[in-house]
Amino acid sequence: MSEPSKEVNRHTIAVLVDNEPGVLARVIGLFSGRGYNIESLTVAETDHAKSLSRITVVTSGTPMIIEQIKAQLGRLVPVHKVADLTQDGPHVERELALVKVVGKGEKRVESLRIADIFRARAVDSSNNSFVFEIVGAASKIDAFIELMQPLGLSEVSRTGAAAISRGNKPI
Amino acid sequence: MARKKMQGAEIVIEALKEQGVTEIFGYPGGAVLPLYDAIFKQNQIRHILVRQEGGAVHAAEGYARSTGKVGVVLVTSGPGATNAVTGLTDALMDSIPVVCLTGQVPTHLIGNDAFQECDTTGITRPCTKLNYLVKDVSDLANVVHEAFHVARSGRPGPVVIDLPKDVIMAMGTYQEAGTAPAEKYSPRVKGDQSAIAEAVRLLGQAKKPIIYAGGGVINSGPKASKLLQDLVKLSGAPCTLTLMGLGAYPASDKQFVGMLGMHGTYEANLAMHDCDVMICVGARFDDRITGRLDAFSPESKKVHIDIDPSSINKNVPVDVPIVGDVASVLADMIKKWKALKPKQDQAALKKWWGQIDQWRAKKCLAFQQKGDTIKPQHAIRRLFELTQGRETFVTTEVGQHQMWAAQYYNFDKPNHWMTSGGLGTMGYGLPAAMGVQVAHPDALVVDIAGEASTLMNIQEMSTIVQYRLPVKIFILNNEYMGMVRQWQELLHGGRYSESYMESLPDFVKLAESFHAVGLRATKASQLDDVIKEMIEIDRPVIADIAIDKLENCFPMIPSGAAHNEMLLGPNDKAEKQISEQGMVLV
Ligand SMILES: Cc1ncc(C[n+]2csc(CCOP(=O)(O)OP(=O)(O)O)c2C)c(N)n1
Ligand SMILES: [Mg+2]
Repeated sequence: MSEPSKEVNRHTIAVLVDNEPGVLARVIGLFSGRGYNIESLTVAETDHAKSLSRITVVTSGTPMIIEQIKAQLGRLVPVHKVADLTQDGPHVERELALVKVVGKGEKRVESLRIADIFRARAVDSSNNSFVFEIVGAASKIDAFIELMQPLGLSEVSRTGAAAISRGNKPI
Repeated sequence: MARKKMQGAEIVIEALKEQGVTEIFGYPGGAVLPLYDAIFKQNQIRHILVRQEGGAVHAAEGYARSTGKVGVVLVTSGPGATNAVTGLTDALMDSIPVVCLTGQVPTHLIGNDAFQECDTTGITRPCTKLNYLVKDVSDLANVVHEAFHVARSGRPGPVVIDLPKDVIMAMGTYQEAGTAPAEKYSPRVKGDQSAIAEAVRLLGQAKKPIIYAGGGVINSGPKASKLLQDLVKLSGAPCTLTLMGLGAYPASDKQFVGMLGMHGTYEANLAMHDCDVMICVGARFDDRITGRLDAFSPESKKVHIDIDPSSINKNVPVDVPIVGDVASVLADMIKKWKALKPKQDQAALKKWWGQIDQWRAKKCLAFQQKGDTIKPQHAIRRLFELTQGRETFVTTEVGQHQMWAAQYYNFDKPNHWMTSGGLGTMGYGLPAAMGVQVAHPDALVVDIAGEASTLMNIQEMSTIVQYRLPVKIFILNNEYMGMVRQWQELLHGGRYSESYMESLPDFVKLAESFHAVGLRATKASQLDDVIKEMIEIDRPVIADIAIDKLENCFPMIPSGAAHNEMLLGPNDKAEKQISEQGMVLV
C-alpha cells in the first residue's frame, strides 16, 4: 500500500442520529476521546415523526483520520447515517451570526452601509447600537465581523455550519 | 386478551429469561432491592453473589467468552456502578458481549446528588457500546431485548441499562422480544463479493503469504475457526494468531507459526515482516502487533476482514478491506477459491516454508530447566502436558505469566483461552475463571496468575468457595511485578522502583482461610506432584509455584522497534539499544 497522504483537509460531515438523550454526548465524546478536531457543530431535530436529529460537524484531518472519524461515527448504535458532504460533491453551507455593534455618528452610518453590502439585516436597534443578523459561509461572516471591529463591535453570537448537498438527492 | 400488569423489576427478570439468561453475577444494594426481590421469587435464573462488583463483570466476561453467550451483571447505583467500570472497559476493548444492569436513584432525585447517586450513563458512555437510562416502565422490556441484541451483534461489547428505582417499582406490561418496531441496529454481515474475489486472487498468487487472525474469529463463533482452518489448508499459507485469537487455529498444526507481536515467536514476526500477501482475519493491527508502524510488513499487499469498519485503515492502510462477519466472509472466500482454483507458485511457496523453517530453527522459545529452581516456562509446559486429554479452560492475569501462558500452553480449540488483551487488567483472571466454571461446572478451569495480580481480586475466592466452583489458581510467584521489573531492567537501568512485592501473604494459608486448598512447589522436583494434586482435588485450589524470580519474557520486540529488531534473549539487549522514542511508548 502506498504511503497515505498527510495533507490536512477540512470536511463537513452530516450525521443523522436518534433524537435521544446522550447521543450528542456520545458523538462529542468520540471526538474528544480520540483526539479529533471539532471546528463547529450544529444540531437540532430535523424529523419529528421519526425522532431524528441532524448533526453537522466541521472537522479537519488527513484522509486516514477523516475516514476513521466517519467509521467511528458510523458504528455508534444510535447513528443512522454519516455523509461526508465535502467528499460527496457540491454542497451549500451556511452559518448565522448575530453581531452587536455599538457606536454613534459616522461609525454608526458606516456600519449600516457595510451591513447592506453584506446583506445583513438590522434586527434590533437603539439610539447607539445595532444587532445585525448575517447568514452565509463562515468566511463571509468572518469578513463582516472584521469590518465591524473598528466600528464598535461589541458582541458576537454565531451558530456552527448547517449544510446540505446540492441537487435533487438527499444524503 | 388483556395483558397482566407486573412490576418493573419483574418485567426485567422476565425479559432476561426470554433472552435465555440462566446466570447473573451481581451484588445488591438499596437501588436494586426490587430486582433482588424479583430474583428471590423465581428459580429459573441463578444469581451468583460476587464479593466486589469488579469481579462480577470479569466473571460475566469469562462466562461470555467461554460460551459465546451474553454475560449478565447486576449492580447497585453509585459505588456499585463505578466499581463495574474497569470490567466494562475491559469488555469494550476485547469485544465481549455483556449486559450490565445498574440501579439508579428514583427519577425525581436524579441530578440532586442523592445518596448513592452517580451519573452512570455519563461515566459509562465511553466504556460501553451503548447505554440506556430507562425513565418509563413501558420501555423496560424493549430496552432489555434491544440491549442483548446490541451486545451480541456486530462487534460485540458491553451495554449498560441504568434502572431508576421508581421505574423498576412501577407497574407495567411485559412485551415479548420482537414486538418492538424492527431492530434498528443491523451491522453488515456479508462481505463485498468483488473484494472477496480480489482477496482470493491475491492469496492465490502469493509467493510469501501469511494468514494473521485474531479475536474476531473467536467472536464470530466456532464455525469461523473451522473455516479459518479450511482456508489455511487450502492455501498452504502459514497461520499466526494474536493473543486474543489463540485457539482459533490449532496450535499443534504444522502450519501454525505461533503467536505474533511483542512477545510472539521469531518465525511469526519475521514472516509478518517479510510476507508479500497478508490476510488479516478479525484482528486489528494493534500496537502490540505492529511494532514500529513505518517498518511494519513493508512489502506486503494487505487484506483486512473485520465486522467493524472503524478497525479498517485505522493504524495500517490496507489494499483490500472487507467489512463483514468473519465466518460469512471466510465461507465466501473458500467458495471463491474452489471456483477459481488458483494456480499457485508451488516453488515459491516451498521456498517460503524453507525460510520459515530456518526461522523456526532458532527455537526462540527454547528454555533450560536445570537444577532446583523452577523455570516459569517449564511450569506452564508441565501444566499443559498434565492437563492434556481433559476439557481445560485457561484464564490469566496480566504480566509475564500471561505471556508465558500464551507461549507455552497450546490451544487447539476456540473459547478455551480467556485473557485481558486490550485493557491488560490485572485481577481479571480469577473472577473470569469463576465465570467460566459457572458455565462449565465439570471442566478444569485454571487461572494462570502472578502473585501481584492475584491480590487484585482475591476477595472472589470467597465466591468461588460459596458456589463450590473448583477453580484452580496457578500462581507463578516471582515475588515481583515481573513485567514491570522486566521493563525497568531493559529501559530504566535496572532501578526496580516499587516493583518488588513486599509482605506477600502465605498463599497456602490464604487459600485455607477461604476454606480452599493451598499447595506449594518450591523445587522443580515437586512441580509435577503439585500440578497433579491440583487437578485431582475437586475443590478450589491455590497452587503457589515459586519460580525463578529474575526470569524475563522473551522473545520481545521492544516498543518502537520493528519486527526484525526482536530481542531473542537476555544477551541480545546489549547490542540492540532501545530508542528514546520507544521509551515513550507503553
Ligand atoms: C490494574 C492494573 N494495574 C497495573 C498494571 C500494570 N502492570 C502490568 S503487569 C504488572 C505486574 C504484574 O505482576 P504479577 O501479577 O506478579 O505478574 P508477573 O509479571 O510477575 O508474572 C503491572 C503492575 C496493570 N496491567 N493492571
Ligand atoms: Mg509476579
